[in-house]
Amino acid sequence: MIPISAHSGVENLASCHDCGFVVALEGAGHHAQALCPRCRAAVHQRKPDSINRTWALVITAAMLYVPANIFPVMRVISMGKAQEDTIISGAVYLLVHGMWPLALIVFFASVVVPLLKLIALSFLLISVQRGSNWRPVERTKLYHVVEAVGRWSMTDIYVVTILVALVSLGNLATIEAGIGAVYFAGVVVVTMLAAESFDPRLIWDRVRESNG
Amino acid sequence: MPDLDFRAVSGVDQPIPAGWLTLCHACDLPSRVGDVPEGGSARCPRCGTVLYRRIRDSLDRTLALAVAGMFLFIAANVFPFLAFKMQGNVTHTTLSTGVRALFEQGTPIVASLVLLTTIVAPLLQICSLIYVLAPLRAGIRVPGQTRVFRLLRAVQPWSMMEVFIIGILVSLVKLVGMAQIVPGIALWSFALLIPVLAFATSSLDAEWVWRRVGLAR
Repeated sequence: MIPISAHSGVENLASCHDCGFVVALEGAGHHAQALCPRCRAAVHQRKPDSINRTWALVITAAMLYVPANIFPVMRVISMGKAQEDTIISGAVYLLVHGMWPLALIVFFASVVVPLLKLIALSFLLISVQRGSNWRPVERTKLYHVVEAVGRWSMTDIYVVTILVALVSLGNLATIEAGIGAVYFAGVVVVTMLAAESFDPRLIWDRVRESNG
Repeated sequence: MPDLDFRAVSGVDQPIPAGWLTLCHACDLPSRVGDVPEGGSARCPRCGTVLYRRIRDSLDRTLALAVAGMFLFIAANVFPFLAFKMQGNVTHTTLSTGVRALFEQGTPIVASLVLLTTIVAPLLQICSLIYVLAPLRAGIRVPGQTRVFRLLRAVQPWSMMEVFIIGILVSLVKLVGMAQIVPGIALWSFALLIPVLAFATSSLDAEWVWRRVGLAR
Protein backbone atom coordinates (compact mmCIF):
# COMPACT_ATOMS: atom_id res chain seq x y z
CA MET A 1 0.00 0.00 0.00
CA ILE A 2 1.65 3.22 -1.15
CA PRO A 3 -0.02 6.39 0.12
CA ILE A 4 0.10 9.10 -2.48
CA SER A 5 1.47 12.34 -1.17
CA ALA A 6 -0.73 15.39 -1.07
CA HIS A 7 1.72 17.21 -3.33
CA SER A 8 1.26 15.12 -6.45
CA GLY A 9 -1.71 17.03 -7.76
CA VAL A 10 -4.43 14.62 -6.67
CA GLU A 11 -6.40 17.02 -4.47
CA ASN A 12 -9.34 17.00 -6.83
CA LEU A 13 -9.81 13.24 -6.88
CA ALA A 14 -13.13 11.88 -5.72
CA SER A 15 -14.42 8.33 -5.59
CA CYS A 16 -17.90 7.37 -6.70
CA HIS A 17 -20.21 6.46 -3.77
CA ASP A 18 -21.82 3.72 -5.80
CA CYS A 19 -18.94 1.93 -7.51
CA GLY A 20 -15.73 3.36 -6.04
CA PHE A 21 -14.38 4.60 -9.37
CA VAL A 22 -11.84 7.39 -8.92
CA VAL A 23 -12.65 10.52 -10.88
CA ALA A 24 -10.64 13.73 -11.25
CA LEU A 25 -13.19 16.48 -10.66
CA GLU A 26 -13.07 19.74 -12.53
CA GLY A 27 -13.55 22.89 -10.52
CA ALA A 28 -12.51 23.40 -6.95
CA GLY A 29 -13.68 22.71 -3.44
CA HIS A 30 -16.17 20.34 -1.96
CA HIS A 31 -18.95 21.35 -4.33
CA ALA A 32 -17.30 20.07 -7.51
CA GLN A 33 -19.26 17.24 -9.03
CA ALA A 34 -19.39 15.01 -12.08
CA LEU A 35 -21.14 11.92 -13.39
CA CYS A 36 -19.27 8.68 -12.76
CA PRO A 37 -18.00 7.40 -16.12
CA ARG A 38 -18.28 3.82 -14.87
CA CYS A 39 -21.77 3.69 -13.30
CA ARG A 40 -23.31 7.13 -14.05
CA ALA A 41 -23.94 7.99 -10.40
CA ALA A 42 -23.30 11.58 -9.34
CA VAL A 43 -19.80 11.87 -7.91
CA HIS A 44 -19.14 14.50 -5.26
CA GLN A 45 -16.05 15.43 -3.36
CA ARG A 46 -18.20 15.10 -0.22
CA LYS A 47 -21.83 14.07 0.14
CA PRO A 48 -23.78 17.24 -0.71
CA ASP A 49 -24.88 19.33 2.25
CA SER A 50 -24.01 16.43 4.53
CA ILE A 51 -23.97 18.31 7.85
CA ASN A 52 -27.27 20.15 7.37
CA ARG A 53 -29.08 17.09 6.05
CA THR A 54 -27.81 14.85 8.82
CA TRP A 55 -28.78 17.41 11.49
CA ALA A 56 -32.26 17.73 10.00
CA LEU A 57 -32.73 13.95 10.03
CA VAL A 58 -31.28 13.58 13.54
CA ILE A 59 -33.67 16.22 14.88
CA THR A 60 -36.63 14.63 13.06
CA ALA A 61 -35.75 11.22 14.50
CA ALA A 62 -35.42 12.67 18.00
CA MET A 63 -38.90 14.17 17.68
CA LEU A 64 -40.35 10.86 16.48
CA TYR A 65 -38.57 8.97 19.27
CA VAL A 66 -40.76 10.53 21.97
CA PRO A 67 -44.20 9.44 20.67
CA ALA A 68 -42.67 6.12 19.60
CA ASN A 69 -42.00 5.38 23.26
CA ILE A 70 -45.10 7.00 24.77
CA PHE A 71 -47.82 5.57 22.53
CA PRO A 72 -48.69 1.87 22.44
CA VAL A 73 -47.13 -0.15 19.64
CA MET A 74 -49.63 -2.95 20.06
CA ARG A 75 -53.18 -3.47 21.29
CA VAL A 76 -54.34 -6.91 22.42
CA ILE A 77 -58.13 -7.31 22.43
CA SER A 78 -59.16 -10.44 24.26
CA MET A 79 -62.73 -11.23 25.37
CA GLY A 80 -63.83 -7.65 25.16
CA LYS A 81 -60.89 -6.33 27.10
CA ALA A 82 -58.17 -4.32 25.47
CA GLN A 83 -54.63 -4.22 26.74
CA GLU A 84 -52.02 -1.87 25.33
CA ASP A 85 -48.30 -2.40 25.14
CA THR A 86 -45.62 0.21 24.65
CA ILE A 87 -42.04 -0.59 23.65
CA ILE A 88 -40.92 -0.44 27.28
CA SER A 89 -43.80 -2.45 28.67
CA GLY A 90 -43.08 -5.12 26.05
CA ALA A 91 -39.52 -5.43 27.30
CA VAL A 92 -40.66 -5.39 30.93
CA TYR A 93 -43.13 -8.21 30.14
CA LEU A 94 -40.25 -10.40 28.95
CA LEU A 95 -38.19 -9.51 32.01
CA VAL A 96 -41.02 -10.34 34.42
CA HIS A 97 -41.48 -13.70 32.73
CA GLY A 98 -37.85 -14.58 33.29
CA MET A 99 -36.75 -14.14 29.68
CA TRP A 100 -34.05 -11.66 30.53
CA PRO A 101 -31.77 -12.36 27.53
CA LEU A 102 -34.63 -11.54 25.15
CA ALA A 103 -35.73 -8.63 27.34
CA LEU A 104 -32.21 -7.31 27.09
CA ILE A 105 -32.17 -7.67 23.29
CA VAL A 106 -35.52 -5.90 22.93
CA PHE A 107 -34.58 -3.12 25.34
CA PHE A 108 -31.23 -2.67 23.65
CA ALA A 109 -32.56 -2.81 20.08
CA SER A 110 -35.59 -0.57 20.61
CA VAL A 111 -34.62 1.88 23.33
CA VAL A 112 -30.83 2.07 23.56
CA VAL A 113 -29.80 1.70 19.89
CA PRO A 114 -31.90 4.57 18.47
CA LEU A 115 -30.88 6.83 21.35
CA LEU A 116 -27.17 5.96 21.05
CA LYS A 117 -27.38 6.47 17.29
CA LEU A 118 -28.77 9.97 17.77
CA ILE A 119 -26.19 10.84 20.43
CA ALA A 120 -23.30 9.42 18.37
CA LEU A 121 -24.37 11.23 15.20
CA SER A 122 -24.80 14.51 17.10
CA PHE A 123 -21.36 14.06 18.60
CA LEU A 124 -19.83 13.38 15.17
CA LEU A 125 -21.60 16.38 13.67
CA ILE A 126 -20.50 18.73 16.44
CA SER A 127 -16.92 17.44 16.32
CA VAL A 128 -16.81 18.02 12.55
CA GLN A 129 -18.38 21.48 12.84
CA ARG A 130 -15.88 22.49 15.51
CA GLY A 131 -13.05 21.24 13.31
CA SER A 132 -11.92 18.73 15.87
CA ASN A 133 -8.63 16.91 15.42
CA TRP A 134 -9.40 14.41 18.13
CA ARG A 135 -8.99 10.67 17.41
CA PRO A 136 -10.15 10.49 13.81
CA VAL A 137 -9.65 6.71 13.63
CA GLU A 138 -11.94 6.11 16.62
CA ARG A 139 -14.53 8.57 15.34
CA THR A 140 -14.53 6.80 11.96
CA LYS A 141 -15.06 3.47 13.76
CA LEU A 142 -17.90 4.98 15.78
CA TYR A 143 -19.53 5.99 12.51
CA HIS A 144 -19.24 2.47 11.13
CA VAL A 145 -20.85 1.07 14.30
CA VAL A 146 -23.71 3.57 14.03
CA GLU A 147 -24.21 2.53 10.42
CA ALA A 148 -24.26 -1.18 11.27
CA VAL A 149 -26.46 -1.38 14.38
CA GLY A 150 -29.45 0.65 13.20
CA ARG A 151 -31.21 -2.27 11.54
CA TRP A 152 -31.62 -4.12 14.85
CA SER A 153 -34.16 -1.54 15.94
CA MET A 154 -36.62 -3.21 13.58
CA THR A 155 -37.06 -6.07 16.08
CA ASP A 156 -40.12 -4.56 17.75
CA ILE A 157 -41.80 -3.76 14.44
CA TYR A 158 -41.35 -7.41 13.44
CA VAL A 159 -42.72 -8.67 16.76
CA VAL A 160 -45.88 -6.64 16.22
CA THR A 161 -46.17 -7.93 12.64
CA ILE A 162 -45.77 -11.58 13.64
CA LEU A 163 -48.19 -11.33 16.56
CA VAL A 164 -50.75 -9.58 14.35
CA ALA A 165 -50.40 -12.38 11.79
CA LEU A 166 -50.62 -15.24 14.25
CA VAL A 167 -53.35 -13.96 16.52
CA SER A 168 -55.76 -13.10 13.76
CA LEU A 169 -59.46 -12.41 13.55
CA GLY A 170 -61.66 -15.40 14.24
CA ASN A 171 -59.71 -16.38 17.28
CA LEU A 172 -60.63 -15.35 20.78
CA ALA A 173 -58.07 -12.61 20.74
CA THR A 174 -57.09 -9.95 18.21
CA ILE A 175 -53.88 -8.01 18.07
CA GLU A 176 -53.62 -4.66 16.36
CA ALA A 177 -50.65 -2.43 15.65
CA GLY A 178 -50.79 0.83 17.63
CA ILE A 179 -49.87 4.34 16.55
CA GLY A 180 -46.57 4.00 18.44
CA ALA A 181 -45.48 1.43 15.85
CA VAL A 182 -45.90 4.01 13.09
CA TYR A 183 -43.72 6.54 14.95
CA PHE A 184 -41.24 3.81 15.74
CA ALA A 185 -41.01 2.76 12.08
CA GLY A 186 -40.33 6.44 11.37
CA VAL A 187 -37.49 6.49 13.91
CA VAL A 188 -35.83 3.45 12.29
CA VAL A 189 -36.08 4.79 8.74
CA VAL A 190 -35.06 8.36 9.58
CA THR A 191 -32.04 7.30 11.71
CA MET A 192 -30.90 5.01 8.89
CA LEU A 193 -31.17 7.89 6.42
CA ALA A 194 -29.32 10.15 8.88
CA ALA A 195 -26.42 7.69 9.14
CA GLU A 196 -26.38 7.39 5.35
CA SER A 197 -26.28 11.15 4.80
CA PHE A 198 -23.32 11.76 7.10
CA ASP A 199 -20.01 11.79 5.28
CA PRO A 200 -17.22 10.24 7.43
CA ARG A 201 -14.59 11.86 5.21
CA LEU A 202 -15.49 15.18 6.85
CA ILE A 203 -13.83 13.80 9.99
CA TRP A 204 -10.54 13.64 8.09
CA ASP A 205 -10.67 16.97 6.32
CA ARG A 206 -9.41 18.94 9.30
CA VAL A 207 -6.83 16.29 10.12
CA ARG A 208 -5.41 16.64 6.62
CA GLU A 209 -5.45 20.43 6.81
CA SER A 210 -3.49 20.51 10.05
CA ASN A 211 -0.99 17.92 8.80
CA GLY A 212 -0.20 19.54 5.52
CA MET B 1 -6.98 9.32 -15.52
CA PRO B 2 -3.75 8.80 -17.44
CA ASP B 3 -2.19 5.75 -15.80
CA LEU B 4 -5.26 3.54 -15.36
CA ASP B 5 -5.51 1.00 -18.15
CA PHE B 6 -8.77 -0.86 -17.75
CA ARG B 7 -8.46 -2.42 -21.20
CA ALA B 8 -5.70 -4.63 -19.85
CA VAL B 9 -8.38 -6.52 -17.94
CA SER B 10 -10.05 -9.32 -19.80
CA GLY B 11 -11.20 -12.85 -19.11
CA VAL B 12 -13.19 -14.06 -16.16
CA ASP B 13 -10.24 -15.60 -14.30
CA GLN B 14 -8.04 -12.54 -14.40
CA PRO B 15 -7.53 -10.72 -11.10
CA ILE B 16 -7.47 -6.93 -11.04
CA PRO B 17 -3.99 -5.82 -12.18
CA ALA B 18 -1.90 -4.34 -9.37
CA GLY B 19 -1.44 -0.63 -8.97
CA TRP B 20 -4.99 0.62 -9.41
CA LEU B 21 -5.90 3.83 -7.72
CA THR B 22 -8.53 3.96 -5.02
CA LEU B 23 -9.66 6.45 -2.38
CA CYS B 24 -10.44 5.25 1.13
CA HIS B 25 -14.20 5.60 1.45
CA ALA B 26 -13.85 6.53 5.12
CA CYS B 27 -10.99 9.03 5.11
CA ASP B 28 -10.47 9.79 1.41
CA LEU B 29 -6.75 9.01 1.35
CA PRO B 30 -5.66 8.00 -2.18
CA SER B 31 -3.67 4.75 -2.40
CA ARG B 32 -2.60 2.32 -5.05
CA VAL B 33 -3.68 -1.23 -4.39
CA GLY B 34 -0.82 -3.64 -5.05
CA ASP B 35 -0.92 -7.38 -5.62
CA VAL B 36 -3.45 -8.79 -3.19
CA PRO B 37 -3.19 -12.57 -2.72
CA GLU B 38 -6.35 -14.68 -2.84
CA GLY B 39 -8.05 -14.42 0.53
CA GLY B 40 -6.00 -11.33 1.38
CA SER B 41 -7.02 -7.72 1.79
CA ALA B 42 -5.61 -4.24 1.40
CA ARG B 43 -6.18 -1.65 4.12
CA CYS B 44 -6.01 2.09 4.20
CA PRO B 45 -2.59 3.05 5.64
CA ARG B 46 -4.11 6.00 7.50
CA CYS B 47 -7.36 4.77 9.04
CA GLY B 48 -7.28 1.00 8.59
CA THR B 49 -10.53 0.69 6.63
CA VAL B 50 -10.50 -2.27 4.22
CA LEU B 51 -9.96 -0.91 0.71
CA TYR B 52 -10.15 -4.15 -1.20
CA ARG B 53 -10.61 -7.82 -0.36
CA ARG B 54 -9.75 -10.51 -2.87
CA ILE B 55 -11.94 -13.57 -2.52
CA ARG B 56 -11.19 -17.01 -3.95
CA ASP B 57 -13.53 -17.98 -6.79
CA SER B 58 -15.62 -14.93 -6.01
CA LEU B 59 -17.79 -15.11 -9.13
CA ASP B 60 -18.62 -18.83 -8.88
CA ARG B 61 -19.21 -18.71 -5.16
CA THR B 62 -21.43 -15.66 -5.19
CA LEU B 63 -23.44 -16.91 -8.14
CA ALA B 64 -23.95 -20.36 -6.59
CA LEU B 65 -25.09 -18.81 -3.31
CA ALA B 66 -27.43 -16.41 -5.10
CA VAL B 67 -29.08 -19.26 -7.02
CA ALA B 68 -29.43 -21.30 -3.81
CA GLY B 69 -30.87 -18.16 -2.24
CA MET B 70 -33.48 -17.90 -4.98
CA PHE B 71 -34.77 -21.43 -4.25
CA LEU B 72 -34.83 -20.73 -0.51
CA PHE B 73 -36.62 -17.43 -1.08
CA ILE B 74 -39.35 -19.13 -3.09
CA ALA B 75 -39.75 -21.84 -0.44
CA ALA B 76 -39.86 -19.21 2.30
CA ASN B 77 -42.71 -17.39 0.58
CA VAL B 78 -44.78 -20.30 -0.70
CA PHE B 79 -44.86 -22.76 2.19
CA PRO B 80 -46.51 -22.24 5.60
CA PHE B 81 -44.39 -20.09 7.87
CA LEU B 82 -45.87 -20.51 11.33
CA ALA B 83 -49.07 -22.14 12.54
CA PHE B 84 -50.87 -21.07 15.67
CA LYS B 85 -53.02 -23.56 17.61
CA MET B 86 -55.34 -22.30 20.32
CA GLN B 87 -58.33 -24.12 21.77
CA GLY B 88 -58.88 -26.22 18.66
CA ASN B 89 -58.48 -23.29 16.28
CA VAL B 90 -55.56 -23.43 13.91
CA THR B 91 -54.28 -20.33 12.10
CA HIS B 92 -51.77 -20.93 9.30
CA THR B 93 -49.63 -18.02 8.27
CA THR B 94 -47.18 -17.39 5.49
CA LEU B 95 -44.36 -14.85 5.51
CA SER B 96 -46.63 -12.18 4.04
CA THR B 97 -49.66 -12.72 6.33
CA GLY B 98 -48.51 -10.11 8.82
CA VAL B 99 -47.93 -7.55 6.08
CA ARG B 100 -51.42 -8.13 4.68
CA ALA B 101 -53.00 -7.91 8.14
CA LEU B 102 -51.19 -4.63 8.86
CA PHE B 103 -52.45 -3.18 5.57
CA GLU B 104 -56.00 -4.24 6.44
CA GLN B 105 -55.76 -2.73 9.91
CA GLY B 106 -54.87 0.63 8.43
CA THR B 107 -51.16 0.89 9.21
CA PRO B 108 -49.77 0.97 5.67
CA ILE B 109 -46.51 2.65 6.72
CA VAL B 110 -45.52 -0.16 9.03
CA ALA B 111 -46.80 -2.76 6.55
CA SER B 112 -44.75 -1.29 3.70
CA LEU B 113 -41.62 -1.15 5.80
CA VAL B 114 -41.96 -4.81 6.78
CA LEU B 115 -42.74 -5.76 3.17
CA LEU B 116 -39.67 -3.87 1.95
CA THR B 117 -37.23 -5.23 4.53
CA THR B 118 -38.24 -8.89 4.62
CA ILE B 119 -39.52 -9.63 1.09
CA VAL B 120 -38.82 -6.95 -1.52
CA ALA B 121 -35.22 -6.07 -0.60
CA PRO B 122 -34.01 -9.70 -0.29
CA LEU B 123 -35.72 -10.58 -3.60
CA LEU B 124 -34.12 -7.61 -5.38
CA GLN B 125 -30.77 -8.58 -3.86
CA ILE B 126 -31.00 -12.14 -5.18
CA CYS B 127 -32.34 -11.17 -8.60
CA SER B 128 -29.79 -8.45 -9.21
CA LEU B 129 -26.89 -10.72 -8.18
CA ILE B 130 -28.05 -13.39 -10.63
CA TYR B 131 -28.78 -10.88 -13.40
CA VAL B 132 -25.31 -9.36 -13.17
CA LEU B 133 -23.22 -12.45 -12.42
CA ALA B 134 -24.78 -15.19 -14.57
CA PRO B 135 -24.07 -13.41 -17.89
CA LEU B 136 -20.53 -12.64 -16.68
CA ARG B 137 -20.01 -16.32 -15.99
CA ALA B 138 -21.38 -17.24 -19.41
CA GLY B 139 -19.24 -14.57 -21.04
CA ILE B 140 -22.10 -12.57 -22.51
CA ARG B 141 -23.34 -9.00 -22.05
CA VAL B 142 -26.96 -8.23 -21.25
CA PRO B 143 -28.52 -4.74 -21.17
CA GLY B 144 -28.83 -2.82 -17.92
CA GLN B 145 -26.17 -4.66 -15.92
CA THR B 146 -24.66 -1.36 -14.79
CA ARG B 147 -27.98 -0.09 -13.52
CA VAL B 148 -28.89 -3.38 -11.83
CA PHE B 149 -25.53 -3.60 -10.09
CA ARG B 150 -26.09 -0.10 -8.68
CA LEU B 151 -29.53 -1.19 -7.50
CA LEU B 152 -27.94 -4.04 -5.56
CA ARG B 153 -25.90 -1.59 -3.52
CA ALA B 154 -28.93 0.57 -2.84
CA VAL B 155 -31.17 -2.24 -1.52
CA GLN B 156 -28.59 -4.02 0.63
CA PRO B 157 -29.01 -1.93 3.80
CA TRP B 158 -32.79 -2.48 3.65
CA SER B 159 -32.63 -6.26 3.66
CA MET B 160 -33.14 -7.20 7.32
CA MET B 161 -34.01 -10.87 7.48
CA GLU B 162 -31.70 -11.61 10.40
CA VAL B 163 -33.51 -9.06 12.52
CA PHE B 164 -36.83 -10.68 11.60
CA ILE B 165 -35.59 -13.95 13.15
CA ILE B 166 -35.07 -12.19 16.49
CA GLY B 167 -38.59 -10.81 16.09
CA ILE B 168 -39.87 -14.36 15.68
CA LEU B 169 -38.06 -15.51 18.83
CA VAL B 170 -39.52 -12.67 20.88
CA SER B 171 -43.02 -13.34 19.50
CA LEU B 172 -42.78 -17.04 20.31
CA VAL B 173 -41.81 -16.29 23.87
CA LYS B 174 -44.74 -13.92 24.23
CA LEU B 175 -47.19 -16.53 22.97
CA VAL B 176 -45.83 -19.46 24.98
CA GLY B 177 -48.49 -20.73 27.36
CA MET B 178 -51.21 -18.97 25.39
CA ALA B 179 -51.04 -21.20 22.34
CA GLN B 180 -49.02 -23.82 20.54
CA ILE B 181 -46.81 -22.56 17.72
CA VAL B 182 -45.79 -24.92 14.92
CA PRO B 183 -42.89 -23.85 12.68
CA GLY B 184 -43.35 -24.59 8.97
CA ILE B 185 -40.99 -25.34 6.08
CA ALA B 186 -40.91 -21.66 5.13
CA LEU B 187 -39.45 -20.71 8.50
CA TRP B 188 -36.52 -23.11 8.04
CA SER B 189 -36.00 -21.90 4.46
CA PHE B 190 -36.04 -18.31 5.70
CA ALA B 191 -33.55 -19.11 8.47
CA LEU B 192 -31.24 -20.80 5.95
CA LEU B 193 -31.58 -17.93 3.48
CA ILE B 194 -29.98 -15.52 5.98
CA PRO B 195 -26.46 -17.09 6.06
CA VAL B 196 -26.70 -17.93 2.34
CA LEU B 197 -27.32 -14.28 1.41
CA ALA B 198 -24.77 -13.06 3.96
CA PHE B 199 -22.08 -15.28 2.41
CA ALA B 200 -23.16 -14.24 -1.09
CA THR B 201 -22.72 -10.59 -0.10
CA SER B 202 -19.34 -11.12 1.56
CA SER B 203 -17.94 -13.20 -1.29
CA LEU B 204 -18.86 -10.64 -3.93
CA ASP B 205 -15.87 -8.78 -5.37
CA ALA B 206 -17.64 -5.57 -6.39
CA GLU B 207 -14.57 -3.82 -7.85
CA TRP B 208 -13.86 -6.84 -10.06
CA VAL B 209 -17.45 -6.95 -11.25
CA TRP B 210 -17.53 -3.17 -11.86
CA ARG B 211 -14.52 -3.51 -14.13
CA ARG B 212 -16.57 -5.85 -16.30
CA VAL B 213 -20.08 -4.37 -16.21
CA GLY B 214 -19.15 -0.71 -15.88
CA LEU B 215 -19.52 1.71 -18.77
CA ALA B 216 -15.88 2.84 -18.75
CA ARG B 217 -13.50 -0.08 -18.77
